[in-house]
Amino acid sequence: MASLTVQNISKSFGQAGVIKNLSFEVRDGEFCVLLGPSGCGKTTLLRIIAGLEEASGGTIVIGDRRVDTLAPRDRDLAFVFQTYALYPHLTVAENLAFTLEVRGAARAEIRRRVDETAKTLGLDGLLARKPRELSGGQRQRVAVGRAIIRHPKLFLFDEPLSNLDAALRGEMRVELARLHKRLGATILYVTHDQAEAMTLADKIIVLDRGAIQQTGAPAEIYHAPANLFVAGFVGSPRMNFAEGAVNGAGLFIGEDCRFDVSEMLPDNVKRGDTPLTIGIRPEDLTIAADGPAAIEGRVEIVEDLGSDKFVHVASAGRGWVARMAPEAPLKPGGAVRLRAADGKLHIFHSGRRIGR
Amino acid sequence: MKRADRAAVWFVLPSLFLVALFSIYPICASVRLGFYRTILMLPWLGEKFVGLENYADLATDAVALQSLGVTLLFVGASATMEVLVGAGMALLLNESFRGRGLVRAAVLVPWAIPTVVSSQMWRYIFNDRYGLFNFLVFGRDTSRYIAPLAEPWLARAAIIFADVWKTSSFAALIVLAGLQTIPDELYEAAEVDGAGAWQKLRRITLPLLKPALLLALLFRTIDAFKVFDLVFVMTQGGPADATNVLQFYGYKKIFAEGMIGYGSAIAVGVFLISLALALLYIRLIGARVLEPGAAR
Amino acid sequence: MKTFLLPLAVAAVGIYSLLPFLWFVLASWKSPAQLTAIPPVIVPEFHWGFYRSAIVNYGLLGYIENSAIVAAATTVVSIAIGALAAYALTRFHAAWLRWYLLVLLCVSMFPQIAVAGPVWRILDALGWLNRYPGIIVAYISFSLPLAIWILSTFFKELPYEIEEAALVDGCTRAQALRRIVLPLAAPGIFTAAILVFIYAWNEFFFALIILTSPPLQTLPVGIALFPGEYTIPWGELAAASAIATLPLIALTLLFQRRIVRGLSAGAVKG
Repeated sequence: MASLTVQNISKSFGQAGVIKNLSFEVRDGEFCVLLGPSGCGKTTLLRIIAGLEEASGGTIVIGDRRVDTLAPRDRDLAFVFQTYALYPHLTVAENLAFTLEVRGAARAEIRRRVDETAKTLGLDGLLARKPRELSGGQRQRVAVGRAIIRHPKLFLFDEPLSNLDAALRGEMRVELARLHKRLGATILYVTHDQAEAMTLADKIIVLDRGAIQQTGAPAEIYHAPANLFVAGFVGSPRMNFAEGAVNGAGLFIGEDCRFDVSEMLPDNVKRGDTPLTIGIRPEDLTIAADGPAAIEGRVEIVEDLGSDKFVHVASAGRGWVARMAPEAPLKPGGAVRLRAADGKLHIFHSGRRIGR
Repeated sequence: MKRADRAAVWFVLPSLFLVALFSIYPICASVRLGFYRTILMLPWLGEKFVGLENYADLATDAVALQSLGVTLLFVGASATMEVLVGAGMALLLNESFRGRGLVRAAVLVPWAIPTVVSSQMWRYIFNDRYGLFNFLVFGRDTSRYIAPLAEPWLARAAIIFADVWKTSSFAALIVLAGLQTIPDELYEAAEVDGAGAWQKLRRITLPLLKPALLLALLFRTIDAFKVFDLVFVMTQGGPADATNVLQFYGYKKIFAEGMIGYGSAIAVGVFLISLALALLYIRLIGARVLEPGAAR
Repeated sequence: MKTFLLPLAVAAVGIYSLLPFLWFVLASWKSPAQLTAIPPVIVPEFHWGFYRSAIVNYGLLGYIENSAIVAAATTVVSIAIGALAAYALTRFHAAWLRWYLLVLLCVSMFPQIAVAGPVWRILDALGWLNRYPGIIVAYISFSLPLAIWILSTFFKELPYEIEEAALVDGCTRAQALRRIVLPLAAPGIFTAAILVFIYAWNEFFFALIILTSPPLQTLPVGIALFPGEYTIPWGELAAASAIATLPLIALTLLFQRRIVRGLSAGAVKG
C-alpha cells in the first residue's frame, strides 16, 4: 500500500476548464471519497490519476514514485469501472487471471490467487461462467476481484455501486467497508451518493465544478459544512435554507422565520444590513411546545417512513422539512410551531460558513 | 490522449493512400482530361488542350442529351419503385409469422445474385422466342410473341424492372431497420386509443419511417447513377440508344472509341450530379452518423 | 382480414423474389431440345450436359479460379487496412478524422466512369493492366469505404472502457488490441469480410476494363461476354450462372443475419 499525492492538476477540454488546479493527498491505508454532483470532474480526475487521460499540468505521486508520465500499466494501481468493463469473451476465472497473466506470472501462482480472490468475494461457483451469465451484483464483485488480485498500491473506484439496485447497493457498501478493513488498502473512491461517502470514507473531498469545496472526515463535513454547496449536497433530506439579515438585537429575520443568532455571530459582521443565509437540518428542527418559535406554519404533507416522519411545513409561501419521531402527533392541515435545536444552526455569508 | 491521437495517422495512412490514388487523384485527372483532346490507347499522339470545347460539344451532342434524359428517367423511376417495393417487403418482414426467416432469405436472393447473372437472366426472360415473359403474357400463342428489348420504351421498362427486382431488397433492409426502431408501445398506446390497422400505419408508422424512407431513396438514387452491368448485358445501350445511360455512354467513348478527353467530360458531368446528391445526403442524414471517437 | 392477406403477401413476395432465378436455373438442366422449345417447357429433364459443356467448352473453371483468387486477396487486404482505419476513427479524437470519414463517404458515391479512365492509365503506367495485382489493388481501394463503414459501426459498439481495463491490467496498446479488441471485433470483421467478398466477386465494370484476356478474366466478365453473336448458348450460360451464383447464395443463406445487420449498419440510428 502507498500514499497518493496529487498536486496542481488541471484539465480542460478545449476552452472549458474541467479541473482547476487541484491538490490533495490520500494517506497510506486511507479510504478517501471524492464526492460531487455529475459533471464536477471527479471521474475525470480519477482517470487522470489512472493514466487513462492526460492532465494539462500537475504531478501525481504514488508512494515515492512520480507516475504522471507513466502508462497506466506501470502505475501499479487498479481501477474499478462504473460499468465494470469485464472482458465479455473470457470466463470469470480468466477475467480475474488476466492481469496476472499479462504480467507473466507463473501458472500455479495465478491459479492460487484466483481461487483465493474468488473465495474472498464469494465467486467460487462462478469461475467458469461468462460475464453475460452473471447478475449485476456478481459482475460487480468480479470487477472488484480483478482489482484486488494483483495487490496494487492504490485502488481507484469509479461509482462502482451506481448500477445496482437499492438493496444490493446497501449490501455491497458493507462488503466494501469490510474489504477495506481486511486489506488495509489505499482507496480513492468516486461517487455522487452522499450516503456512500458518509458510510465508507475516512476522509471526504467534496468537489464541485472542478474545484475542491471542502476536505475532511465525514462528521466534520456533515456537522460543519464549509459552504452552501457542501451544506446542501450532504445530508438527506436536504438542509433547510432561509435568507435574511440580522437586526440590531442579534435576531436573524427571514421571510417567515426568526432565529436567535446573537451567540454565534463573529463581531465583524455588521448587524442590520448584511445579507446572510441560515441553514438548519431537518433533524435539528423540533416542535416548539412553549416559548419562542422560529417558524410558524401549517403541515402540508407527512411522509411516514415507519422509522421516521418527514414533515413538510408550509409557511408564508415557502416550505420547510423537519424530521420527527414516528410517534409525533402531526397531521396534514394542522398548525405547527418549530424551533431549532441548540447549537445546530449554520450561518453562511456570501456562500461561506461564518461563526461557530 | 494527445499522444495517442497522433498515432491515428499511422492507422489511417494505408487506406488514405489507396483512396487518394484510386479515387481522389483520378477524379481530378478526369476533370483535367475534360479540357483535352486525347486518345486513350495511343499516348504517343499526345494530348491537345481544347479548353471548354468538349463541354460545348457535349451540350449540343444529341446522343449525350438523350443519354441524360434516359439516365434521369431511369434514376427517378427505379429509385422510387425500389423504395416503394422495398417498403412493402419491409412491412411484411416486420410482422412476426412462422417462416419469416425463409421469406427474408428469399428477399435476399436477388441481392445475392451477381448483376451480370441477373442481367443475363432477364435477357433470357425477355427473349423473343423462349422467354418467360412472352409465355406469361401471350401463353401458347407464339405468333404474338414480342422482343421487348428491341422496342425502346419496353427496353427501358425492362431495364428499370430488372434493376428494381435486384435491388429492392436493399431498400427493404434499410426500411426494415427503420421499422424496428419504432417502439411497440406506440402501437399499443394507439390500440388503446382505438386506432385500427390502417390508422396505425398512416399516423404512426409512416411519419416515423420518413427518415428511413428518405435514406433508402437517397441511397438508391445515388446507386442508380452507377447502373452499367444491366445495360451492357441486356441492351448494350440500344435499341438505338434508348437505354444509353450516361455511365454506359461514357464507357463507350473512353474504352470503345478511346476518346478519353470527351469521355472525361461526360464523366465529370455524371460526377458532379452524384456529388450534389452525395452532399445532399450527408446534409440530411450525416452529422450524427459521422461522429468519430464515439465509442468513448 | 390479416389471416387472409398475410399468406397472400408472403406468396407474392416469395414468387416475385425467387421465380425469375429459378426459371433461369431450370434452363441449365434442360435437354438441348427442351431449351429451344417454343413455347417454353417448364419442367426440365435434368440433364447435366450443359454443365459439362460450360466447363469444357467455355472455360468456366478458369473464370471461377480467377474470381476466387481476386475476391479472396481483396477481402483479406481490404479488411486488414480497413480495420486499422476503423479503429482509429472510433477510438481517437482528431478533427481531421471527421473529414476523412466524409471523404470516404463521398468517394463511395462516385460512379465508376468518373475515375475509370485515369485508373486505367495508372495501372497501365504500373504495368499492372490485365494482371492480378492491378485488379486486386483497384478492388481494395474501391471496397475500403464499405469495409471501413461497416467495421466502424461494429467498433463503435465495443465499449472503450474494456480496452482501458486492459491497459490498467498491464497491456500495452498492441496487446490490448490483440487479446481484447480483436476477439470481440471478430463477428464484425467477419461480416465486413463477407460483404467485401461479395462485392469483389460481383464487380464487373473495372474487371471489364482491366482484365482484357480470357485467361485472367473473372466470372462476371466471362458471363457477360459469353460468346454467341447470333445464337446465345442459353443452356451453358444458365449453367455457368448457376455455378457463379452458388457461392454467393450459400454465403447469404448461411450468414443471413450478419449480412442484414451489416447492410443496415448505421443506416438508421435507433
